[in-house]
Amino acid sequence: MSDSGVANAVAPAFTAAAVSRRAVGEGAWLRWALTGLALLFLAVFLVVPLVLVFREAFSKGWDVYLAALTEPDAWHAIKLTLIAAAIAVPLNVIFGIAAAWGISKFRFRGKQVLITLIDLPFAVSPVIAGLIYVLVFGSRGWLGPWLEAHDLSIIYAVPGIVLATIFVTFPFVARELIPLMQEQGVSHEEAALTLGASGWQTFRRVTLPSIKWGLLYGVILCNARAMGEFGAVSVVSGHIRGKTNTLPLHVEILYNEYQFAAAFAVASLLALLAVVTLVAKSALEFKHQRDRERSARAATRQEEL
Amino acid sequence: MNWKTLIAATALGLVVSTPALAAREILNVSYDPTRELYEQFNKEFVKHWKAETGEPLTVRQSHGGAGKQTRAVIDGLEADVVTLALAYDIDAISEKTGKLPKDWQKRLPHNSAPYTSTIVFLVRKGNPKGLHDWDDLIKPGVEVITPNPKTSGGARWNYLAAWAFAQDKYGSEEKAKDYITKLFKQVPVLDSGARGSTTTFVQRGIGDVLLAWENEALLAINELGKGDFEIVVPSVSILAEPPVTLVDKNAQKHGTTDVAKAYLEYLYTPVGQEIAAKNYYRPTDPKIAKKYADAFPDVNLITVDDVFGGWQKAQKTHFNDGGVFDQIYKPSE
Amino acid sequence: MMSRNRVIPGFGLSLGYATLYTSLIVFIPLAALAAEGISLGGERFWAVVSHPQAVASYTLSFGAALTAALINLVFGLLVAWVLVRYSFPGKRIADALVDLPFALPTAVAGIALTALYGRNGWFGGPLEALGLKIAYAPAGIVVALTFIGLPFVVRTVQPVLAGLERELEEAAASLGADRWQTFRRVLLPALVPALLTGFALAFARAVGEYGSVVFISGNMPYRTEITPLLIYSKLEQYDYAGASALGVMMLLFSFLLLLAINALQYWSLRRQGGG
Repeated sequence: MSDSGVANAVAPAFTAAAVSRRAVGEGAWLRWALTGLALLFLAVFLVVPLVLVFREAFSKGWDVYLAALTEPDAWHAIKLTLIAAAIAVPLNVIFGIAAAWGISKFRFRGKQVLITLIDLPFAVSPVIAGLIYVLVFGSRGWLGPWLEAHDLSIIYAVPGIVLATIFVTFPFVARELIPLMQEQGVSHEEAALTLGASGWQTFRRVTLPSIKWGLLYGVILCNARAMGEFGAVSVVSGHIRGKTNTLPLHVEILYNEYQFAAAFAVASLLALLAVVTLVAKSALEFKHQRDRERSARAATRQEEL
Repeated sequence: MNWKTLIAATALGLVVSTPALAAREILNVSYDPTRELYEQFNKEFVKHWKAETGEPLTVRQSHGGAGKQTRAVIDGLEADVVTLALAYDIDAISEKTGKLPKDWQKRLPHNSAPYTSTIVFLVRKGNPKGLHDWDDLIKPGVEVITPNPKTSGGARWNYLAAWAFAQDKYGSEEKAKDYITKLFKQVPVLDSGARGSTTTFVQRGIGDVLLAWENEALLAINELGKGDFEIVVPSVSILAEPPVTLVDKNAQKHGTTDVAKAYLEYLYTPVGQEIAAKNYYRPTDPKIAKKYADAFPDVNLITVDDVFGGWQKAQKTHFNDGGVFDQIYKPSE
Repeated sequence: MMSRNRVIPGFGLSLGYATLYTSLIVFIPLAALAAEGISLGGERFWAVVSHPQAVASYTLSFGAALTAALINLVFGLLVAWVLVRYSFPGKRIADALVDLPFALPTAVAGIALTALYGRNGWFGGPLEALGLKIAYAPAGIVVALTFIGLPFVVRTVQPVLAGLERELEEAAASLGADRWQTFRRVLLPALVPALLTGFALAFARAVGEYGSVVFISGNMPYRTEITPLLIYSKLEQYDYAGASALGVMMLLFSFLLLLAINALQYWSLRRQGGG
């Protein structure tokens, strides 16, 4: 039965390491040149801006940094951001898996249109992404009068923030999984089904392990973006301090109050959240890889004996 | 927290016949430059209200660009009171939602503006380019920083002040238009909001002069760079009257009409006026104004009503699509 | 047409759910936008969307987004390759950093980049001395859009590259192909779908970006004014219909472009005999 994609790549590379290393690798100089170029790109576009954010965050010292993060409004913003992400991410994961399964395992008319519709939320300007919910749920929108009559609030309240977050992170999981599952084709699933596994079993035992890493990437990206979204949420939030402010909006508020150090401190917290999830992912991946290597080595030793 | 006080306060709150059991809260939807002002004022008012009625009160605050905040109230943000930059914005709320009467501006003194402000120049220390009045701004090589009048309320005041000067000095609308066109040719960056422009000027070091609200300029000098900047008061500027009002239907719905009204009226009391003055707004109370006279230089002030026939008209002629501002910029070849 | 894959269950369930969810979250709200835009009537709609200022903004928005997506295509592949295939000190940190642009609120990104590339910034000063103006010029918009779209190509290519079976490359090598040939003939075709996906997403994300761009672009009409800013200034005049009209135009362009990219991807998959 199929293992994870990573394992597939790793295991044979180890068993046949001696023979194939030179044939499928690049020369040392090229390797270093490519690595250097990639790192330079990352340094210019990511590291330097990040350094700037942290430098500004600590420009007034630790006290101001900590004070910015422990202030009640900041706490409330952190809570609201986590709530919005905790609702949006699982919903988009379920959708993403369903959509990727349907799209990659079957042939049907209009597939490209469906894929493009899934991509669309990325192309929608955050200004518009907020506006569309105002047009539907606002006082003068389609459902506005009905909502008002029943004393329900969608926009300028938490549900609107969640909706906007779902919208902007909508494509992540699906788009991460579709190319991966298309690449993998259907043969493994077909084999499992022929051997008598049920549809659900096939999904859990065959498909899920092989898309694990792609799914994880999707979740991490979706989560990062859910926490970082500014534009769309800003339109539907109403900016009520201590009530409907998310972390990115709180950053804007602080910046507009000329509390630059505090603004960057809160921003650095968001950056840290992203880095922490990524390090957790890397650690998981590393452990997984080491287990594989160990079993591969054990297998080789057995052969040698 | 002392439980006895809390219980007593709640009991008292019930006796004072508040319809809601929980602590009431009111929401003040305002624009960007009033953040510091209302942070202080809300604290004072909550204290005052507690002392007066024994009722604990929460004042919620929402800030943002004036236009965006107005739209939010129109689209359903349930503000009990609005404290915005222009009467024009509040007119829009009244007109589009019917949540407050058309003649709202007559309900409070001074056209419902408890404090006023004006537009001044913020220049770099020593005024190296020698900028003293509006006509200096179009001298070759002078970089002017102002936000975009299409997206920023403050920028509209800048524009109208400049226009009023030019129309008076050069004698015709045609010439005023020439002046405005030249002025905006000197603008290298049009930020989307007033605070963005301040940052561009102060933090990025771009431009020779920033056109700004007087309160913003004073705040920038005191908070961002003492000694790095100077304020220049032009020969003529514009009287800005940021109005405040109750949003009747929202307050009725929340059962907060009494406290929301008291909140606005408190802005006119000596306490409210002092807070406004300390936050660099010109108080309307003559006594307080006298006390802080040193902080606010004399300026020859014109009003939008006198020169432009009101905000509705000014907005339409100058800032709506196809208006004078749009004609300044030509497609580049 | 569907019979070949009918062994696999879940067609109705997965697609039904996906379609329903897409309709609720994406399609119906966008229909509200279209309805609002159409309410202008044909003639006024056309006047709004064909105004020279609007046309100049489309050219800028789409041009800058395409440039940024191309930069990300090349460097995204490079970064993904280096992260998957090579080991070097600090690799995990580099890997972790890639997602940063998503987590950082776009306004913060815009402010940080403007501070860096402005006249008195770390990069801006030296570059301006060389006669290159980045901040408050179209180049600044490209920088901001490259930043916010950076994770897409890396993260779509990475899992596919990690999942590629090395036997293929070994086979190609044993048949006498050199490394470059193997890359072009064996690896690249397998990566094309993921690359295209990443490109499409980076592009799509860049077209509509507002928060980071308004800080660095300078917002000068006809020169550095992006379409979302025009939409925003329409909203400032309570012109919801005009704003929606511009929004509809952007959506239409993006939809067609994305559709073309997705079709290209489908075609490349077919050519490989997958899908």
